[in-house]
Amino acid sequence: MDDFIDVKNVYYSYDPEDEKETEYALCGVDLKIGIGEFVAIVGHNGSGKSTLAKHFNSIYLPTSGDITVEGMNTKDDDKLFDIRKKVGLVLQNPDNQIVAGIVEEDVAFGCENLGVPPDEIRKRVDDSLAAVGMIEYARHSPDKLSGGQKQRVAIAGIIAMQPSCIVLDEPTAMLDPKGRDEVMSTIRKLNSEMNITIILITHYMEEAVLADRVVVMDSGKILTEGSPREVFSQVELLKQHRLDVPQATELIYKLRGCGFELPKCVLNEEECVEALSKLIK
Amino acid sequence: MVSDITLGQYLPGSSFIHRMDARAKILLLITYIVFIFLCSNAISLLLVALFTLFIVLFTRISFMKYLKSMRVILFVVLLTGIINLFYGSGEPLVEWWIFKVTAAGIYNAVYVIVRIALLMMISAALTFTTSPSDLTDAMERLMKPLAIIHLPVHEIAMMMTIALRFIPVLLEETDKIMNAQKARGADLDSGNLINRVRALLPVLIPLFISSFRRAGDLAMAMECRCYNGGNNRTRMKVLHFSSVDLIAAIVSLLVFSSVIVSNIMFKNPFV
Repeated sequence: MDDFIDVKNVYYSYDPEDEKETEYALCGVDLKIGIGEFVAIVGHNGSGKSTLAKHFNSIYLPTSGDITVEGMNTKDDDKLFDIRKKVGLVLQNPDNQIVAGIVEEDVAFGCENLGVPPDEIRKRVDDSLAAVGMIEYARHSPDKLSGGQKQRVAIAGIIAMQPSCIVLDEPTAMLDPKGRDEVMSTIRKLNSEMNITIILITHYMEEAVLADRVVVMDSGKILTEGSPREVFSQVELLKQHRLDVPQATELIYKLRGCGFELPKCVLNEEECVEALSKLIK
Repeated sequence: MVSDITLGQYLPGSSFIHRMDARAKILLLITYIVFIFLCSNAISLLLVALFTLFIVLFTRISFMKYLKSMRVILFVVLLTGIINLFYGSGEPLVEWWIFKVTAAGIYNAVYVIVRIALLMMISAALTFTTSPSDLTDAMERLMKPLAIIHLPVHEIAMMMTIALRFIPVLLEETDKIMNAQKARGADLDSGNLINRVRALLPVLIPLFISSFRRAGDLAMAMECRCYNGGNNRTRMKVLHFSSVDLIAAIVSLLVFSSVIVSNIMFKNPFV
């Protein structure tokens, strides 16, 4: 898999001037992300995962170290708009990232900034709204929508710019379970059908399980990474760092601790049910 | 309670007025305002009033909506009317203490009330039939010549768009904060004026803080979507003048010229 984003030994401090005791939000992060990959970055509050998310499209610049997106350094001012065109960022609060008073006009905002011709914008807006399943709300005001719907509009606004990669910074944190499902299934669809690289920042382990690769962060460093199965089989390590594992994984882990014959790692409810019914037989 | 306020409410539709270009609507509104103050006699005022009713009918929006939009300023209209009532010169018809009501006073009062009511109605017709973004877009285009004197035209239009977008968001937030403070025992609606203003402070401070946070977030979201001011920006919806605007302009021109004619032919007895 080709590297799309390459993070090399990145340190970041919110207050680099204070030389006496510089506190780093990121301390030496190395990470490669391939084209078309679905990567989940997990960690508890203050682990640096959101800080890292804002580095991918040069909202924040590394205090030291480098990040390249398709070979373009995020510190390069001339490439700023090229990078932001490639890598879209969706924030946590859906209300604060919708600019216009009508859904379709908000989705058009990014394209308008890029100077896309009007006919082309119209087409892209319709396509993006269809991709997130919000086409019937095109003429609505965003205030009347639910949280999940607003977040999907925000995602459509990014897709309309036709990025190769979307970074989502805890997009479901402020949503109810229904909204969370809507957003998650939209994200998976974009990844599988449109082959858009997804970087999902989350603290819901159930969401991380859906990714191709999970990166666990703790105090500004990458603790461990690998496929969901590899990561969530290290229950002790995650627990030591005050991180959760999916409920199903935890249940099986505890049962194994009591001496039951069960598979080493279970990721979701179906696998859990299967494992338990096998045991009972 | 606060969410009852409908500011610049847009009612989508496909009437003749809806189909007009927003720029044409704004320009005609400005001419209208000039002419309503040029009306110097009852006949020309009646003419403009009929024209206004005609426009209101053509928007195909229920008359009740217009009345509701006027309810807010009813007090101001009546007050200006009453003040005008006592400021006429000439023979007093009724006299009581220092108040004198003259025929000219009554005349002026009626004039002022009718004028303000008509202005409100025509402005409501504009906001009812034009989407907020069309309105700001049109203003941006109309003010474009002012960019020569370094007026940040695009920035002003963008500020208006964002303000209109966030009015309902902030109203909802105010409601939430008020409820949160009430739940902690804040007494927001009793006592004298000073106490009430003081009680609003714990509502305003959180509202301010959260507005700044929102502003920071929104700026970041706009940067993520390559916002770079007005340079090289295109628009999805391109405004263009059509035959609808031409018809509207011709009709308005006819009405306005008959106002001038009637002003010359029929002199106002009180001026």
